[in-house]
Amino acid sequence: MPQEFRLILKNADLPGYAPDMECYLRHGGYEALKKAVATAPRELPDGKKQTSQEVIRDEVLKSGLRGRGGAGFSAGLKWSFVDRRSGKPIYLICNADESEPGTFKDRQILHKDPHQLIEGMVISCWANDCKLAYIYIRGEMPKAAKLLNVALKEARDKGFLGKNILGSGFDCEIHVHRGAGAYICGEETGLIESLEGKRAYPRIKPPYFPAVLGLYMCPTIVNNVETLCHVKHIVTMGSAEYAKLGTPNNTGTRIVSLSGDVKRPGYYEIEVGKVTLGELINHENFGQGLKDGRSLKAIIPGGSSSKVLKAGEVFKLNRKGADGQMTKVDVPLLDLPYDFDSLQQAGTMSGSSAIIVMDDSRSMVEALANLSEFYAHESCGQCTPCREGALWMAKGLHRLTHGEGRKQDADYLQHIAQNIQGRTICAFGEAAAWPVLSFVKKFREEFEARGAADEAKHASGGAPMKMAASPKH
Amino acid sequence: MSNAATTEAKPAAPAPPPVEKIKIKVDGREVEVPKMLPNWQGKLEATTMLQAVQIAGGEVPHYCYHPKLPVAGNCRMCLVEFGTPMMGPDRKPVFNEDGSPKIAKSVLPYEPSTPRGAIACATPISPGMEIYPNSSATKQMREAVLESLLINHPLDCPICDQAGECKLQEYSVQHGQAGSNFVEAKVHKPKAVDLGPRIVLDDERCVLCTRCIRFTKDIAGDDALGIVNRGSYNTIAAFPGAKFDNNYTLNTVDLCPVGALTSKDFRFQMRVWFLKETKSLCTSCGTGCNTVIGSREGKVYRYEPRQNDAVNSTWMCDSGRLNYKWIGREDRLQDVLVRGQKSTWASALKEISEKLSKAASGSVAVIASARQTTEELYLLKKLATKLGALTDSVARMGEADKLLVAADKNPNSNGARLTGIAGAELGSAISKIADGIHSGAIKTLVVFGDDVTKAGISADLLAKLETLIVSDILPNATTKAAHYVLPGCAHAEKRGTFVNVKGRLQKFTKAVEPKGDARPEWEFLHELVHNVTGQNGFISIEGLFNQMAKEVPGFAGIEWAQVDDQGVNTIS
Ligand SMILES: Cc1cc2nc3c(=O)[nH]c(=O)nc-3n(C[C@H](O)[C@H](O)[C@H](O)COP(=O)(O)O)c2cc1C
Ligand code: SF4
Ligand code: SF4
Ligand code: SF4
Ligand code: FES
Repeated sequence: MPQEFRLILKNADLPGYAPDMECYLRHGGYEALKKAVATAPRELPDGKKQTSQEVIRDEVLKSGLRGRGGAGFSAGLKWSFVDRRSGKPIYLICNADESEPGTFKDRQILHKDPHQLIEGMVISCWANDCKLAYIYIRGEMPKAAKLLNVALKEARDKGFLGKNILGSGFDCEIHVHRGAGAYICGEETGLIESLEGKRAYPRIKPPYFPAVLGLYMCPTIVNNVETLCHVKHIVTMGSAEYAKLGTPNNTGTRIVSLSGDVKRPGYYEIEVGKVTLGELINHENFGQGLKDGRSLKAIIPGGSSSKVLKAGEVFKLNRKGADGQMTKVDVPLLDLPYDFDSLQQAGTMSGSSAIIVMDDSRSMVEALANLSEFYAHESCGQCTPCREGALWMAKGLHRLTHGEGRKQDADYLQHIAQNIQGRTICAFGEAAAWPVLSFVKKFREEFEARGAADEAKHASGGAPMKMAASPKH
Repeated sequence: MSNAATTEAKPAAPAPPPVEKIKIKVDGREVEVPKMLPNWQGKLEATTMLQAVQIAGGEVPHYCYHPKLPVAGNCRMCLVEFGTPMMGPDRKPVFNEDGSPKIAKSVLPYEPSTPRGAIACATPISPGMEIYPNSSATKQMREAVLESLLINHPLDCPICDQAGECKLQEYSVQHGQAGSNFVEAKVHKPKAVDLGPRIVLDDERCVLCTRCIRFTKDIAGDDALGIVNRGSYNTIAAFPGAKFDNNYTLNTVDLCPVGALTSKDFRFQMRVWFLKETKSLCTSCGTGCNTVIGSREGKVYRYEPRQNDAVNSTWMCDSGRLNYKWIGREDRLQDVLVRGQKSTWASALKEISEKLSKAASGSVAVIASARQTTEELYLLKKLATKLGALTDSVARMGEADKLLVAADKNPNSNGARLTGIAGAELGSAISKIADGIHSGAIKTLVVFGDDVTKAGISADLLAKLETLIVSDILPNATTKAAHYVLPGCAHAEKRGTFVNVKGRLQKFTKAVEPKGDARPEWEFLHELVHNVTGQNGFISIEGLFNQMAKEVPGFAGIEWAQVDDQGVNTIS
């Protein structure tokens, strides 16, 4: 039976569980940190020697942990790219900007179990020789920022943070930095600029890869809240045990934010790939199905930036047969395992693991207009294709949803989006273009019908077309 | 193309060998390019695709990139399709049947049928890379960027000051598509924003390339400009309540690829295509920034900096740039005057020559100006030597800054030193000259280009002289006291050289004709020297220069023809 597997959220929702140190310690808190700093150096079978820090980094790599922020990149590999020879300090940044529409998982941790994040961060700092770390937290989460600061003080008082942590000789500080309300501050290089006190203009890569030229032009690791929490569990369980959770190449657990037209929206922690999209939506342990009398129309599977999936779609997925051979298998939408690789093969992504369900009462045109307005508002405006294209799409969609549409608007929108994706400084370009490209591609009739209806209305003596409609921001 | 360092600048000259080279292909043609090239600060950095294409003789259109500014990579105009040698699973290169390396074209990872461009301005080249600056995919990307830049652009070229120098106009013609698909309402932004005392901004014309911001912050060292709002509403602005007012603001007008930033001084004065461009130098301090004079029908309309990496990079200061109006002043000296009466060059020079020829040795003194050309100073020195005259020139000191401005406000103090008209310290002999006049030993004074009443020779002293011969451009207390007034020329009205504070010898050429009877000083000095010394000199500036360079040790025989637009270092 598909069910939740609570690793990160094991304690958070227990009755009486509080975000303070005492409660955390009662539940085994900071034992992983103790274990980490006591890690012995080791010699590998091939004779290579590893320092204690390298052992932990190796564990994270072997665990198969993939970033929970959006791109699903291997955390261990990311850590291995860090320039450790520059002589410059190495910084760790926790990305707690959680702003992707539909996503509400990091805030569970931040509000209910801040010490888990701090423990994960101190271990990560220890493993990467970071003496200074930052938590960049979304401005709209003032309470979590306060809780974090209290928790950081408690950790300092207990010797889990600050000078000579647990007598190991390792010094580490963590500061909380509150954002000011811009989605782009979640993009790691925009975040770094913002942390430096500047406008959150994402940096060009090359040359500004955070692992080499990050915060203050020093090597920097940026990881999501949930990713850093997993580090604690990898240390506790050992990489081999941890990697048994989930499915191969999609290890561990993941918190899914489920919203939209389901009976029981909420956050559910699952073993990655062990639960399907259909189960997440319909199973009594999860979404408990669509509202009565409704049928499924579409699923946005990984936060608002991911490409929409249409009810009834069937995908060709690579599957390893019993003989070990890879074959292509037909997998219907609802049978897609909820993991990184399956969704990628289905032409979309698991992104921030936020599922937005849309039933047959929803207008795809209206929904896309809403999403596009968000992206037009949040584009930082640094690079031409996104700056001009994001608002252009939003204006076109505003027109289409306000009685001034044209049949050709489907092509028009696709033309704009096509000229954004892959041509911008940061992945926001894709984030803005993908909803448009996928909505229009998969629901073209709906867009054309809407435009055609407006044209017919105008042709039959309605008010003349005026192309001046534009959304207000 | 314009000579001015306006929107474009040449990349800094490559560093000396040994240069490691790598082979790449540009549009199918193999080229070898240096692995490293100087960046905006002159430091060696991995060669970019844009630089490589330039070396291959091509051009990648761009807005935000400027060789003298940190790379921003924001306009995306320079996106180009490219490929790199394909690697097998064993990390070894894969070859075609003919033995050539297989090239993997860059594609979108999530849509492998679509090419993915890279920004040429910031992407380093690698061995075997192929760049396709003219492929259909590259052209499509370029068209799309232009279309995006134009959707909210006002298209008011007919009334825009940048018309004729505008990169948006230029690229739209070269790389744009015929029509736009855009049918929405345009974004409106502030027009005619008074950014500072010298700059007006039209935010609707701005393409948000941030060149102005980067120059102001990273070159001028003034964090004065920024962007407010978000997305399509992004707007260049100065801090609220603050003015954009440093001594380098006008460089942003040159840098602005469109007509967003305009100079209050120049705007609406003249259509740029009517302007004649003349290579010249700024004369407002000893740095000697290279300039282009824009003139029309004898009138100077503007100065712009001209690139010289040994002197001023591509910049100049506002005060130097705006210091041109005196050239066209109404009260310019235009007549040869003999004791206050209008005369002719022939009769005045005859009288002066006779007087000087008869003067007893040591009874004449010469105060030259370090605003004169090297050739003129040389001629004056020749004259002075013959006459056994004391010589000097007037020092003019002020404040220096960190970027360009020198404390020495004369353009040619080193010329005065090298020719020997002045000693190491300009003006140190003036008190001796004053004493000589006072004692009556000095009876004749020759003054060029300076009001000596402000430099230690009072009007009372001048009144004691038997003969005061003055050449200048504008009237002053000294010209008023003169027995002979010889109207001279602004540098814009003649040719010659200056030696800047670092000892660099630089040429300038003539942009406009002098007014009235005014003549270049070297011409009439040449006549005087001939008359007084009996020596025959050269009547061309080239010949005169070469003669000087042979005679004056500091110039070590440099030939005029060797001195190019960028000047040469003198031995000093
Ligand atoms: C427009 C945009 C917004 C993003 N917002 C967030 C965010 O709110 N939280 C987050 O963790 N990652 C966000 N990311 C992803 C980060 O850039 C970065 O990849 C991530 O923090 C890395 O952490 P991970 O490897 O642990 O996933 C965003 C990316 C983009 C392009
Ligand atoms: S893609 Fe959009 S959000 Fe990202 S840098 Fe460009 S304008 Fe800003
Ligand atoms: S004002 Fe000109 S230089 Fe400045 S950002 Fe706009 S277009 Fe670029
Ligand atoms: S720095 Fe000196 S030479 Fe250069 S423009 Fe200014 S005044 Fe003229
Ligand atoms: S020139 Fe603007 S991105 Fe390269």
